[in-house]
Amino acid sequence: MVLIEVRHLTKRYGPKVVLRGLDLRVEEGEFVALLGPNGAGKTTLLRILASLSKPTLGEVWIAGYRLRDQAAWVRQRLGVVSHQPLLYGDLSAEENLRFYARLYGLRNAETRIREVLTLVGLWARRRDLVRTFSRGMQQRLAIGRAILHDPEVLLLDEPHTGLDQEACDMLDHLLRQVATRGRTVVMTSHDLARAADLASRFDVLSGGCIQASARREDLAGDALLTFYRQALGPQNAASVSKEVFP
Amino acid sequence: MKATGAVSFWQATLAVLWKDLAAEWRSRELLSAMLVFALLVIFIFNFALELQTQLRASLSAGVLWVTLTFAGTLGLNRSLAVEKDRGCLDGLLLAPVDRAAIYAGKALANWVFMLIVAAIMLPLFGLFYNASLILPGVVLVVLLGSEGYVAVGTLLASMAVQARTRDILLPILLFPVVIPVVVAAVKATGGYLQTLPLEEIRPWLNLLGVYDVIFTSVAFMVFDSILEE
Repeated sequence: MVLIEVRHLTKRYGPKVVLRGLDLRVEEGEFVALLGPNGAGKTTLLRILASLSKPTLGEVWIAGYRLRDQAAWVRQRLGVVSHQPLLYGDLSAEENLRFYARLYGLRNAETRIREVLTLVGLWARRRDLVRTFSRGMQQRLAIGRAILHDPEVLLLDEPHTGLDQEACDMLDHLLRQVATRGRTVVMTSHDLARAADLASRFDVLSGGCIQASARREDLAGDALLTFYRQALGPQNAASVSKEVFP
Repeated sequence: MKATGAVSFWQATLAVLWKDLAAEWRSRELLSAMLVFALLVIFIFNFALELQTQLRASLSAGVLWVTLTFAGTLGLNRSLAVEKDRGCLDGLLLAPVDRAAIYAGKALANWVFMLIVAAIMLPLFGLFYNASLILPGVVLVVLLGSEGYVAVGTLLASMAVQARTRDILLPILLFPVVIPVVVAAVKATGGYLQTLPLEEIRPWLNLLGVYDVIFTSVAFMVFDSILEE
């Protein structure tokens, strides 16, 4: 079943065209890594999918709902993690989740909050103010916030930004757990190594549209790096360092 | 089975209001800034003007509303900046609720903060200016005036917060729009302080009421579009 469908998506900011007639289909349960250089339009695409930005042209369907006129239904089915935690520093971890639980009309909110805080390993720190958390802890809580209402689709915008190695590993562990529950995930990244570790499909976004797409099983060993370089073309590929891929 | 249900307008509004009050209770950043600023303005006016007792009474209304509106601007800026700086505004916009409820929650919270500042200011003001401001009529004017100010202010602060120059942009956008509410509030407060007959004060009260209804309605209608890119 197709859970995300994007047709002929165009986004302009004044004279600058960020997305040019982009098409994308994501099946239920897929973990798609959206790769591309800085400025390729990855965040713009994710913001449009999340209903935070309106497309100039084109249509988006998520879980069968058209984003243009059924945005509230779409939002009910989405969880979003960005490089900002979307959390209030002056509220505790528990209070932040309680606030979002109220906005999402969560039934049995207290049970679910306990489940989520346990899953992200912050139950013991539930009463601490978020501003006392490290960046890694905040990002784990951000994941908790995003999955609190058990969304069908999870959109992750560079979730590893600013995290140290240990925090990245914990985040990856958490994302694998989410993915194994059959949730559909779209993650933007320019970190090939992390993407290779997590995703089941790789789409390369460059020049405002998807240049290439490949499944994990079709790319063995070094093939992802080669695939990525080929998708970017000779001009952009020169900037891709082999060090980003083990 | 989905573990979520539809959230009513008022549930969402109260959730946002609760969040703002709880966060402010912890940090006290916004209220303390507004209060310190308000006290300084009262103090400076008191010594700068060095007025006769009778003149002080007639100028009190103007000084009171200048203080309230300037302190209110600080609060409005801060209230929306907190949402923007940590990306929380996106968190609110991602929620499957009527976006007008987000506006209502933020505006209610700002109104509560402004009323708290007014409740502390009025007795102090009376002390400095030798004029009793704790009158039912003055309280009514403060309620109506601050509602209109906050209704427009929350809307314009949501717009200004998107800009790099938000701190200077908000007063530039806000003050021209709130001239009617400030003028009406000053006239009505002055009327009550000078114990004018109600017939002379009523037009100003009517203006405040009409302003509140119109601008609150407009704010509800356009808030969603203002937040769109």
